[in-house]
Amino acid sequence: MDLNDTPEEAAFRAEARAFLEQHLEIRPPGTHARGLGEDLTAEAVAEAQTWQKTKAENGWACITWPKEYGGRGATPIQTLIWGQEEARYDHPNTSVFSIGTGMAGPTILSHGTDEQKTQWIPKLVTGEEIWCQLFSEPSAGSDLAGLRTSAARDGDHWVLNGQKIWTSGANWCRWGVIVTRSDPNAVKHAGLTYFVVDMNDPGIEIRPITQINGGQGFNEVFFSDVRIPDAWRLDEVGNGWRVAITTLMNERVSIGSAGGESMIGTLVEHTQKLKLNGGRALDDPAVRQRVADFYVRSKGVEFAGHRTVTKLSQGGIPGPEASLGKLVAGALIQDIASYAMDLEGQAGSIMSDSGFQASYLGSPGLRIAGGTDEVLRNIIAERVLGLPPETRMDKDIAFKDIPTGPPSK
Amino acid sequence: MNFDFSEDQKLLQQTVRDYLTEKSPLSLCREVLESNAPYAPDLWQGAAELGWLGTAIDERYGGAGFGYLELVLIAEEIGRALAPIPFSSTLYGPAEAIRLAGSDDQKSRYLAKIAAGELIAALAFSEAAGQNDVESATTTLQGGKVTGTKLPVIDGGAADTALVAARSDAGLSLALVDLTGEGVTREPLESIDPSRPLARLSFDDAPAELLGGEGEGAALASNVLDRAAALMAFEQLGSATRVLELTREFVMDRYAFGRPIASFQAIKHRLADLWCEIELARSNCYWAAWALANDDSELALAACSARISATKALDLATVEMIQLYGGVGYTWEYDCHLFYRRSRLLGAALGGTSAWRDRLVGRVDARAAA
Repeated sequence: MDLNDTPEEAAFRAEARAFLEQHLEIRPPGTHARGLGEDLTAEAVAEAQTWQKTKAENGWACITWPKEYGGRGATPIQTLIWGQEEARYDHPNTSVFSIGTGMAGPTILSHGTDEQKTQWIPKLVTGEEIWCQLFSEPSAGSDLAGLRTSAARDGDHWVLNGQKIWTSGANWCRWGVIVTRSDPNAVKHAGLTYFVVDMNDPGIEIRPITQINGGQGFNEVFFSDVRIPDAWRLDEVGNGWRVAITTLMNERVSIGSAGGESMIGTLVEHTQKLKLNGGRALDDPAVRQRVADFYVRSKGVEFAGHRTVTKLSQGGIPGPEASLGKLVAGALIQDIASYAMDLEGQAGSIMSDSGFQASYLGSPGLRIAGGTDEVLRNIIAERVLGLPPETRMDKDIAFKDIPTGPPSK
Repeated sequence: MNFDFSEDQKLLQQTVRDYLTEKSPLSLCREVLESNAPYAPDLWQGAAELGWLGTAIDERYGGAGFGYLELVLIAEEIGRALAPIPFSSTLYGPAEAIRLAGSDDQKSRYLAKIAAGELIAALAFSEAAGQNDVESATTTLQGGKVTGTKLPVIDGGAADTALVAARSDAGLSLALVDLTGEGVTREPLESIDPSRPLARLSFDDAPAELLGGEGEGAALASNVLDRAAALMAFEQLGSATRVLELTREFVMDRYAFGRPIASFQAIKHRLADLWCEIELARSNCYWAAWALANDDSELALAACSARISATKALDLATVEMIQLYGGVGYTWEYDCHLFYRRSRLLGAALGGTSAWRDRLVGRVDARAAA
């Protein structure tokens, strides 16, 4: 057991640092990473693309990928080191590419043909083409396999009709990965097929969704007779669920536990400065008890992440255990924000620079996106603890015969 | 980075588990709990013969010369089995204090006996309810003799030696007191977990052997408590993991409304949450183990974190266990109460979590200011 770098890891860290040093400045202490925010601007996207291109030219854009596709075959630990090092520097946030590099790309690499890889991967890596994911629907969230967007075969083309929702950054995207219902007569999971779609198709309409925090990070995407060639199908007809699982496994790994660690640091700083009953809030015995609990939970998530990375580096695959970080960190960020605001007294209702109010409004999304708390608990109960699966009413019958509720508004 | 135990260490852990499965079933814990025996002597002898007691003790002093990464895994197994032996009392506090501050002579005299299972030691810091601060000890040290009362002392009845915190003009000191010698009175106290007995120790000019410099006890005690907390957290972790396993088995086998109660989401989600608490504790425990093994200053933070999260995990596990077992969980006959009792005994030993939270924040605050 060793938390320090091995000589090989130290060499990798030095290599990463040398590259970053050449292109960026160290981020001044006390400042946060330059975020794109949820409402992207053309300038911010262009800036992100420039940095992504520089990374790609030097093999740092998709470091876990094989060399032939622009990666460097990095191990999970090297990925962690790269993340730590990049975070030390002031750089444009490249999260707009994360669906492409973290989900669509790996899915194409595992299920795509050589032609498909050649067609899409190079511009995905450089950030020239941005990707989105078209999975959730108004009536298919946690029950994703209940999706209804239809794909009807028409010679060597397919015609798509229906609606997707919660698509991040759709209006900036050139391509999307989509799961469709290609056979409503088959049982639920067997009637799905996975495609790549051109987001510039005139049959696609994108409408932004305004969230509770006023941001517009997500969209509704409507498909009206969108024709796509069969050559854009990933894997076999009817095999869409298997392909979707590949995408989702990568999503949970990339969402991970980001955020919890920096939140506790911010809370400690905040309670050191905040006055309470004539002294520092952090000197108040009740505050100390709560801060300690938040600290211990944050550290637990952080070191659970180290255990996962270690397991991955020993040749394991991301297992259901990885659900822990997301489940715990989501609620933790919300709890910390809420508590910090409570400590601010009446001023807690002012949208302040502390960031806690913004975090309070943003954090409910963390507990829903990429697997709700409830779905994650089911995953842990069933796949880690081996408890019986949920009783299902939709097994062994044709999808079209599954009972549904009233249409959502 | 490699944040896992080695294959050899895991193999050692499996060997310890196999031995305890055979020699320390829960019925052994119950036997001690229901009798007046202070511990299970055969098991204690076995632990000595297998070298467990000398795991982290230097070979020069009769130990096995392994390290903390091995010791924590044995501690986890002790907790898993609820082994009724004075393992934690002897090793986590006193043996650590002797290793840290003992003279060569003291190390030769005490550590070899500890490793051989010939000396049981106990930690005698606490003096009264509500008092979690070693520095407020009122027991006095004068002319090499201690006077005062310590309670509760786990294994204080069976121990040969106590590690005592006492005060002189120079300040707080730690000292070893021969409990079989003069000036020592011991009285049993009723323990919440009679498989781990408690005593009140009264000292009236009892001869004491200074450990470390006179007046240097506060820093030493703080270090000893950190190390003890890290080690005990693994014991708590082992118990909590076993509780989850037993409860899982129970809810899988128990049917109601025509299905295993394990299939109800109300129960699945509770067990998922319990699993999360245990894994958070395990992660903090690993951090503490790493800091212990590497003598890293992060131990000051890691020990508190491990202590707080392991105590929470075991408390939650034992409360949930009884609740999910239902009526039978509340009977003397079922084993749930063995864990429920042990959880509170270990949670109280070394001081409650409120004090550990306060200590942790003090250290986080100091580091963030630095």
